Amino acid sequence: MAFGTDANIALVAIAPFIAALLAPLLQHIAKPFAGWILALVPAGIFAFLLTLIDPVIANGSVAARIEWVPAFDLVLSFYIDGLSLTFALTVSAIGALIVLYSGAYLKGHPHLGRFLAFLLAFMGAMLGLVLADNLLALFIFWELTSVTSFLLIGFDHTRQASRRGAIQALVITNIGGMALLAGAVLVHQLTGQWDMSALGDEVRGSGLYGLVLLLFIAAAFTKSAQVPFHFWLPNAMEAPTPVSAFLHSATMVQAGVYLLARTTPWLGGTEVWTAILVCFGGATLLWGALGALRQIDLKQMLAQTTIASLGLSVLLIGLGTPAAISAFIIYFVAHAAYKAGLFMAVGAIDHEAGTRDITVLGGLADKMPVTFIGAAMACLAMIGLPLTLGYFAKEEMYLGLLSWHWPDMAVLLVLVAGNALLAGVAMLILVKPFLGPVLPTPKSAHEAPLAMLAGPVLLGAGAIAAAVMTDWLGHTVLVPGASAVLRQPVESHLTLALNPMSPLLWLSVATWVLGWLVYRQAAVLRTLLRRLESGLGWSADSLFDVVMFGLIRFSGAITRLLHHGRLELYLVAVFIGLAVALIAPLLLLGGYNVLLPTADFGDWSAWLRWPDLNLYEWGVVLLALIGLGAVLAAPTRLFAIIALGIQGMAVALIFLLYAAPDLAFTQLMVEILSVVILALVMTRLRLDERDPRPFEDWARDGTIAVVCGAGVSLFLMVVLSGTLNTRLSDFFTATSVPIAHGSNIVNVILVDYRGFDTLGEISVVMGAGIAIMALLRRRKQPTATPPKPTSRRRKKVAA
Amino acid sequence: MNTIIFRTLAPLIVGIMLVFSLYICLRGHNEPGGGFIGGLIGAAAIAVLGMSSGAGEARRALRVDPLAIAGFGVFIAGLSGLMSLFIEAPFMTSIWLYLPLGDDVVPLSTPLVFDLGVYLVVFGTIAAIALGLEGDGGEES
Repeated sequence: MAFGTDANIALVAIAPFIAALLAPLLQHIAKPFAGWILALVPAGIFAFLLTLIDPVIANGSVAARIEWVPAFDLVLSFYIDGLSLTFALTVSAIGALIVLYSGAYLKGHPHLGRFLAFLLAFMGAMLGLVLADNLLALFIFWELTSVTSFLLIGFDHTRQASRRGAIQALVITNIGGMALLAGAVLVHQLTGQWDMSALGDEVRGSGLYGLVLLLFIAAAFTKSAQVPFHFWLPNAMEAPTPVSAFLHSATMVQAGVYLLARTTPWLGGTEVWTAILVCFGGATLLWGALGALRQIDLKQMLAQTTIASLGLSVLLIGLGTPAAISAFIIYFVAHAAYKAGLFMAVGAIDHEAGTRDITVLGGLADKMPVTFIGAAMACLAMIGLPLTLGYFAKEEMYLGLLSWHWPDMAVLLVLVAGNALLAGVAMLILVKPFLGPVLPTPKSAHEAPLAMLAGPVLLGAGAIAAAVMTDWLGHTVLVPGASAVLRQPVESHLTLALNPMSPLLWLSVATWVLGWLVYRQAAVLRTLLRRLESGLGWSADSLFDVVMFGLIRFSGAITRLLHHGRLELYLVAVFIGLAVALIAPLLLLGGYNVLLPTADFGDWSAWLRWPDLNLYEWGVVLLALIGLGAVLAAPTRLFAIIALGIQGMAVALIFLLYAAPDLAFTQLMVEILSVVILALVMTRLRLDERDPRPFEDWARDGTIAVVCGAGVSLFLMVVLSGTLNTRLSDFFTATSVPIAHGSNIVNVILVDYRGFDTLGEISVVMGAGIAIMALLRRRKQPTATPPKPTSRRRKKVAA
Repeated sequence: MNTIIFRTLAPLIVGIMLVFSLYICLRGHNEPGGGFIGGLIGAAAIAVLGMSSGAGEARRALRVDPLAIAGFGVFIAGLSGLMSLFIEAPFMTSIWLYLPLGDDVVPLSTPLVFDLGVYLVVFGTIAAIALGLEGDGGEES
């Protein structure tokens, strides 16, 4: 069978997961080359996606559909337009370089195979996320990025900080994930669509628009670390550097930005949308940029600038003008390239020099020239100098705001300030570690291995090369991407020419000058910001801890209340609940009226007569009564169990007499086995022969038992007094032979019509078996876990 | 219960019960029976063996850990559902194969495989519990 586009696109979404499964094995076999080999998977995906550029430019989109759950009309649909293609290409390109880089960075690590597996699964989740058109598929991949990033951030699980960072990221992003699921379901309820590409103005026009908007924004903001959910991102830095490089540039945090861009055509463009996104985006931009200046750890600086960049992206999407969206597309590519490159360069510095502290690093350019070149190109792009991608991104974002209305001017000021701060940080990263006098480092620094250099150099070169080819950039990246977000053609007007008459150039110059000032005054600003922070005394991060510990204490208290460990109380609660559930509805809804004789019965005592039973039927009833009497009169527990078995046997016989052989069969076997097992339990537990309960307990339990029994009997009588609806049994009788080729309806239902339920049930049976075995084993090993309370109680019972 | 009569007769009874349990399981699609009840009968047979000769002996006779049998049951039950993917039908769509053997036609199907899975799960789980209670607490002795 030749694979069509559908299958190929599905393969793109699945291939990383297959590679992830194979990664540990491959790492075991081809030790030093595992990174090189595994990098071929994302590289192959990148190459395949490149072939889709032409069809996407020609037709606007490429779609693929695979039946998922046809019974519910669920289709696993993939939709590739300019936006998702830009993201997918970035994810796979950076993914390939990261996998390569990880192989060298964690060389000799005992769990490298596992790490590569997590990383590839993470990439697969992100690829699926950007390619998915179906809202539920989007949600699944969205949560998958949360789970895989949890594994990656907590990779070094022996460190407490690492575990905390992982849990924090998972908790925060999962809150958003739940919001996304709720939003997706709501959109489906409103429009009847699961596919995002099929949505138009329905959502915006509905009365629930506000709620849907809130849910999607909550999802995007938690994922993309917008204020006030920004604090998890710096803590995610506990992950090994390759993870940070990937997570910050192309995956995970960009998922939130992607979601906003993806939902723009059918959710965005309203005043609320613009107001929320611009305000929060702007706040995040400034907060992150200032936060970066506060740090002296290179990795932390980069992490904080990511927050700022995410804020910038959200702000641009919020503005939603053609220029802003064009700026967003270019900015995403530029940021992915330079941020991944810089993270990899910082990882190389950390790896080779042994520290990331910007105050003790200096003069590394001589010792690590290639790393320096890569980092320098990335920094230039981050500053936004001409001939880099960052320049175009900056130009485009200023372009959309050149008016003399005050909201535009305010946003413009925020953008210039944010860009200037980011430029200042970029200069710090470029100059401090690499230039100036050589400072002594913990390790004697030397050049990193080839696999670790490929990323920074290729990405840095890409950020510059792409900018030089303005026509190509505009034609293949900007126009399809921006058109997909806006659902209308966008023109590219990228040019390398500098026009001194344009205010744009002067805004750029102002940004650079301000950036240079920030760089010069970095030390002063840092002290100032730190003093401000300690003056504040509290942060969202510490608030998270308070909430989490409160939650744990709260759940502990609830558990102790509900799960006190006394079996008798559980049973009392369960059976009282059962009695109430049986009797209350019958009493309140007047169910018993059905059973009471009506007036036209006349002398109803005349109706009381012996039922018309055969002799053997009387025999069975007698057997049941004897069993019942024996249970009540039983002198020992064992006797009572066996007597209960007689009772059950009689019930099985009744089933058999009234044409339910399957039920009778099962009842008989269950009776036999329960007698055997109960007898075994009794002999094992060494309980008293007789019931040692005091009279009050005995009376209480007896009352509950009688009430439950009466409730069940009455309930069944009420049910039987109604007319039987035979629709289902008719259906099964009629179809069981032609459809399921079997004449035993019970079995056909179990294994065919409702086979999926049975599969669940046998899994539960198996799970219960494992749990029982675990309990039995625990009892056999009293030394491992001394069951003190139990033994004490047993003594009390025995006494 | 460990009398010589019981010990002598038990293997015979157990053998008959096991064959009967399989018979009940296989006839289930058209007559009373099926995987669940068949598994229960099989487990009762193992419980009888455990009572007569001890849990360790019964475990040795089974050769495989009963819980592993149960796990295998879930596995093949799930697998029988996945077979439908090869005919591009939804999960658990039944596939029927009529195998001509001489004069007779033997109907084989994925529900049969599924029912065998149910049989193994019930058999394995209940046998594991019965043997665990009877003697060694589930540890290999």
